[in-house]
Amino acid sequence: MTEPQIKLEHVSKIFGPKPKSIIPLIQEGKSKEEILEETGHTVGVYDASLEIKKGEVFVVMGLSGSGKSTLIRCFNFLNVPTDGAVYIDGEDLMQCSKDRLKRIRQEKIAMVFQHFGLFDHRTVLANVEYGLEIRKMSKLERRDIAMKYIELVGLKGYEHQYPSQLSGGMQQRVGLARALTNDPDILLMDEPFSALDPLIRREMQLELIKLQKQLQKTIVFITHDVNEAFKIGDRIAVMKDGHVVQIGTPEEIIDEPANDYIVDFTQDIDRSKVLQAKHILTETKITVNMNDPVSSAIQKMDRHSISSIFVVNDMDQVEGIITIDDAVKAAKRKESMEHIIKRNIEVVHEEEYVSDIIPKTLDTKYPLAVVNDARKLQGIVLKVHVLSGLISSEENNGA
Amino acid sequence: MSMGGFPDITTELGIYVENFVNYVATTFEKFFNLIFFIASKTINAIDDFLVWLPWWVFILIIVLLGWYFRSLLAGLTFGFFIFLIGTFGLWEDMMTTIAIIVTSVAISLIIGIPIGIWMAFNKAVSSIVRPILDAMQTMPSFVYLIPAIFFFGLGNVSAIFATLIYAVPPVIRLTELAIRGVPKEVIESAESFGSSKGQMLRKVQLPQALPTIMAGVNQTTMMALAMVVIASMVGASGLGEQVLISINRIDIALGFEAGISIVFLAIIIDRITNGVADRFQKHRRVGR
Repeated sequence: MTEPQIKLEHVSKIFGPKPKSIIPLIQEGKSKEEILEETGHTVGVYDASLEIKKGEVFVVMGLSGSGKSTLIRCFNFLNVPTDGAVYIDGEDLMQCSKDRLKRIRQEKIAMVFQHFGLFDHRTVLANVEYGLEIRKMSKLERRDIAMKYIELVGLKGYEHQYPSQLSGGMQQRVGLARALTNDPDILLMDEPFSALDPLIRREMQLELIKLQKQLQKTIVFITHDVNEAFKIGDRIAVMKDGHVVQIGTPEEIIDEPANDYIVDFTQDIDRSKVLQAKHILTETKITVNMNDPVSSAIQKMDRHSISSIFVVNDMDQVEGIITIDDAVKAAKRKESMEHIIKRNIEVVHEEEYVSDIIPKTLDTKYPLAVVNDARKLQGIVLKVHVLSGLISSEENNGA
Repeated sequence: MSMGGFPDITTELGIYVENFVNYVATTFEKFFNLIFFIASKTINAIDDFLVWLPWWVFILIIVLLGWYFRSLLAGLTFGFFIFLIGTFGLWEDMMTTIAIIVTSVAISLIIGIPIGIWMAFNKAVSSIVRPILDAMQTMPSFVYLIPAIFFFGLGNVSAIFATLIYAVPPVIRLTELAIRGVPKEVIESAESFGSSKGQMLRKVQLPQALPTIMAGVNQTTMMALAMVVIASMVGASGLGEQVLISINRIDIALGFEAGISIVFLAIIIDRITNGVADRFQKHRRVGR
């Protein structure tokens, strides 16, 4: 069993002159507002425990003031927690020396900021190089690496410009390149796209997803935008008033919301963009093999009262579909399966989003075959599944 | 004793200060001698160099500086001003004044910038130094002249001492303000890459603060220039001395020429140092 890349144990962060003294008050159940009023201390995060696996995109979602930015700063000790423990690759940051912490920041963790945090007195190149410069890498060496990442984020040709000469989206690309240049295992992203306008934001989201496929970093991503959270996150933590309210996959959070707050929060979610084919499919064992006689296909369809059936090969991969009408005709003419199989059918990958499947269900009169990476049949999707998938949990939630 | 009169209570604060100044002057005599030596050598070296410089070369330098930092028209105007001062017969006095100003500003920066940085990082230091700066700026500047004579005797070094006390506060204040004013996210991002304190200061905080510090340098220079006449009361030579002479002689012509020369210098120095500050500002302020 590999240990998690990041582990938080009962982490609390309180701001004020005597933060430690506040912990018991919270344990007594006093609210954030009461504590602020009585003691002047601000509870940033209270009792957060979570584990993040290597290569995972972990989204922390919450409204402003919910403590998500405070939380992410505990991961690299920009905020030193008042209580609890933070482990990076099993190493307890609380026990680290200052030098060790510096090294961890230089080598393992990099951060991208909401307002970019760029050094406006430095060119794009000098910004991107910064992390390597701090590590005292030679000028030529770091220039090469920096240029590689500038190219990766699509800023080639802009390296000698100053950040103020670039648009917001491009500035954040600089921020991203600067973080990636350190080749960190962990990428902390504090609302990186919230300062961008919607079109650019979407573009950057897609690009991040693409980059992540290539780079396989462990990403902690902060956002207040539910749709962004569900689009990007492998798992999501929802925060409210400094507490982590629920942690789960996007589907878990939609289907089994921990409380009304999360229900409220996820109301605006476009379910068709969260749910994937695998969440709405109907599993089916009713298939025929390529080499079976046509008569057995007819029998199966008859027994299950269906009008078409998927044909698979010996490896359970989908080959096509045959209809009852064709099968009956073929049986009369003693033709084989090969003659009547319709091969140009729509096949849907199990991780395709429902929003992408909808048009395909409209274009075909047959069910859609859902397959995995190996093109093995996982189940089928009918128009009715799509619709009920979109409505079902809303009914549950409303009840 | 009349009813409204103040009761017969006296404190001898002035005497204490006098004794203190006496004590400091005698105890640290060697130290003050050393400073005197260095300062007077510096002024003389700069003065000699400026006077040695052919007049047209100096004017050309001023024109080029004006052109580079402002515009060609500004450069030509500045050159014309300097030429006019020469025609007043005040060329060498001007050079002495410039030497005094350059030296006091240089010392102001050497002292002021580190103090400003220290104040930015340490609240206690800041809260102690601030009222001292206030006092330095509000105390009538003639008052500095007395201890200056005690420490350094009559002459240009005393002038620099008095000028320093008057002119150093802005650069200290603005350095502190500038370092504190570096956006939090910029500091955080430097920190998140594992910068050491020294790297943070050298590579991020100071460069970020530079435009504001330059504004402080500009103010300090202008205040040094404002002290020119007052400083001549302790024996500073240069344009200030000419103003003083014209007062004694009630010489309107000399008074005007020396006075307008100081104004010309003020305009030129202000516009050029401002231009330097603007240059640092050029690519700045993003994402906020």
